[in-house]
Amino acid sequence: MIRRILTRLGTSVLVLWGAVTVSFTALHLTPGDVVDVLIGSSVVTPEVRAQIIADYGLGEPLAVQYATYLGRVLRGDLGQSYQLHEPVASAIGAQLGPSLQLAGVSLLVAVVVSTTLAILTARRRPWIRGLSSGLELVGVSIPTFWTAILLLTIFSFQLGWFPAVGNDGLAALVLPVIAVALPITTLLTQMMREGLELTLEQPFVLTARTRGMSDLGVRLRHALRHVLVPTVTLIGWLVGLTVGAMVAVEQIFSRQGVGQLTLTAVGGKDLPVVMGVVLLTAVVYVVVNIVVDLLYLLIDPRLRGAA
Amino acid sequence: MSTPVVEVTDLHVSFPGVAAVRGVSLAVHPGECVAVVGESGSGKSVTARSLLGLTGEEATVTAGRLAVEGVDASRFGERQWRSIRGRTIGYVLQDALVSLDALRPVGKEIAETLKLHRAAPRHELPGRVIDLLTEVGVPEPAVRARQYPHELSGGLRQRALIASAIACGPRLLIADEPTTALDVTVQAQILRLLAERKRAGQALLLISHDLAVVAELADRILVMKDGVVVEDGPARQVLGAPEHAYTKSLLAAIPRPGSRTTVPGDVVIRAEGLVKTFKGRTAVDGVSFELRAGQTLGVVGESGSGKTTTARLVLGLLRPDRGSVEIDRRQTQVIYQDPLSSFDPRFSVRRVLDEALEVGGTPRPERRRRAVELLEQVGLDESVLDRRPLKLSGGQRQRVAIARALAPRPRVIVCDEPVSALDVSIQAQVLDLLTGLQAELGLAYLFISHHLGVVHHVSDHVLVLKDGRAVESGDVHQIFTAPADPYTRELLAAVPGGHYDQTDPSRRALPGREQHDRLVRPQVG
Repeated sequence: MIRRILTRLGTSVLVLWGAVTVSFTALHLTPGDVVDVLIGSSVVTPEVRAQIIADYGLGEPLAVQYATYLGRVLRGDLGQSYQLHEPVASAIGAQLGPSLQLAGVSLLVAVVVSTTLAILTARRRPWIRGLSSGLELVGVSIPTFWTAILLLTIFSFQLGWFPAVGNDGLAALVLPVIAVALPITTLLTQMMREGLELTLEQPFVLTARTRGMSDLGVRLRHALRHVLVPTVTLIGWLVGLTVGAMVAVEQIFSRQGVGQLTLTAVGGKDLPVVMGVVLLTAVVYVVVNIVVDLLYLLIDPRLRGAA
Repeated sequence: MSTPVVEVTDLHVSFPGVAAVRGVSLAVHPGECVAVVGESGSGKSVTARSLLGLTGEEATVTAGRLAVEGVDASRFGERQWRSIRGRTIGYVLQDALVSLDALRPVGKEIAETLKLHRAAPRHELPGRVIDLLTEVGVPEPAVRARQYPHELSGGLRQRALIASAIACGPRLLIADEPTTALDVTVQAQILRLLAERKRAGQALLLISHDLAVVAELADRILVMKDGVVVEDGPARQVLGAPEHAYTKSLLAAIPRPGSRTTVPGDVVIRAEGLVKTFKGRTAVDGVSFELRAGQTLGVVGESGSGKTTTARLVLGLLRPDRGSVEIDRRQTQVIYQDPLSSFDPRFSVRRVLDEALEVGGTPRPERRRRAVELLEQVGLDESVLDRRPLKLSGGQRQRVAIARALAPRPRVIVCDEPVSALDVSIQAQVLDLLTGLQAELGLAYLFISHHLGVVHHVSDHVLVLKDGRAVESGDVHQIFTAPADPYTRELLAAVPGGHYDQTDPSRRALPGREQHDRLVRPQVG
């Protein structure tokens, strides 16, 4: 068990190291002088320029530069954005809150809604299943940016129910959450329903019913847990997808957030910020996967033995 | 006579397009054991489930009378059925590995029955669970209650499943193939446990495909075929003087020793001192044997005894840690228990055989003629060539598997539980086919099975494995009539029907024994 967790942490460190190395390589492969690349489209004084060369050790051999960069990242120093005139870490930190809020609430809504839908529609009459899977197909097919624009047009501009821009309060969160959660919900519902239908065919479900358990009881107490392993796997994977969806949604709803920051940084060739976001994404990915692995052990006792 | 716990007359159950049960009547009284015997698809399980209202939404159920403890149940709604399930009628399915929820400790499963019927206050549940596990003979019940199904042996699992079914003290216990997935000694223990329940006054309804299993327990036997009861009577009469041809064929199909006269040829497999260890656990420990052309070596043992590992060592799929195997693997083929999973589901029978013939070096123009010839050899005609294995019956599938094995003209066939997944009458046909092919083609079989009757039926020599060691080996007659090792004796004594047991007269109380014996007792010179 301990050994398994240690191995897991070891591979996570490797993934992060890989991400750091990739962004370092990207910096040096970008055409032009590294200093110019770091500065991007802003204009700086010669003093600042000299400072950058000193900070990144640009006069030194490549190996030393790499070691310097790695050391700084380890200390939590992601460098300076010369366009935002602030450290990358604090720039990302300021935007992290709204993004985490949007992503967290969206995932929560997606999980609750899809679990409910899957439990209600698995192995039901054909028309209920048909209706649900039809809607799901539509949900998966519409691109997120289009959902966002549609929601904005109908519920903000025409009906005026929700604000069209900004981060203020719960009302401003409703439409963005729907836009981000919709594709995740539909994917999860489809997978969970299929899993539930397979599980409900299992003999232990019949056994539970021969004890006098109700149909709903069987679904909630027995079948649901059997579907959780693939569900958790899919959620872990969807978190990556969410990061992408947030870029579009934050832009369309003019929300603050990491997505918005990324977009601006890419547009303005603000490489230090882009590199910071790449690292952040890698950290999120690693953390989510560790959580997913631990959840497996919690859900399925058979996996504990395999450790 | 007392009120029957359940009574049903003229029961009809149909699913869209299929009439599964047609006009079945049965009643089970307190302290009585009724057995329903039939092959898969005979409607026996559907009959049992309709006594609990669990035939499913697609089923149409009608009955002249359907009563539980004298109360008319034909108009029961879901709520009323639920109060019956688990409380008045307990139900045990086969193979507790899949019939218990793998993600919950078995203690929780047992407590569930009590909770659903509010049979005990919450704080008493753990104690009641331990009492129940003790009652079904589970050692260290407090430890076991916290374990998960995969951490228990097959026998303990089945006991836990029975404990969950009897938790609320139901008047009737329905056991649907309760021992089919179990090794023979464990099977005997479970049957003994069920016999105890019966002595304690519980009514039993036993569902099985195996007449031998129900023979010791049943007071009354119903034989079902294609949804109809073809024979119904006291156990003594059904086993001793069966009237219906189908019952007779079921009795006759119980594998029994054949009168084999084979001539041993040259040695085709010689295994010496095989040892194989997996992660510190010794799976095979010093096994030696010899197989000659035209002969069959039966390898018997319970699961975990090292049978399959031995087969894989012989086939060269595993390397032995020590010891050696002399064999010409180019002339060796395999038949597995479940041919379905050893066929590519997208291949037609033609393609399955074509591929095997190609590997065997048959030139393309001859392959079609050879394929038809192979099918004839295994008792099929060329109409199956374009069908897919999925669309064939279990028996036909196993015949195709045999045809595939024969394609490269092997001298040796390793048969790994080749008939364990088949119904008894089909089993007999496939065994006869294998015996016939052996005589015709001079094949040698390494025949692996946990089923003693089957091994006795086909083998010339027998190797008994326990915990990876060969505890006994020798001539089939000697082993089955005068076993030297205590473990072999235990295995033989555990065979349901007790027809190998020569020492304990009390176990021969089965009515109609003489008739039964004539059918199943080894014919010793």
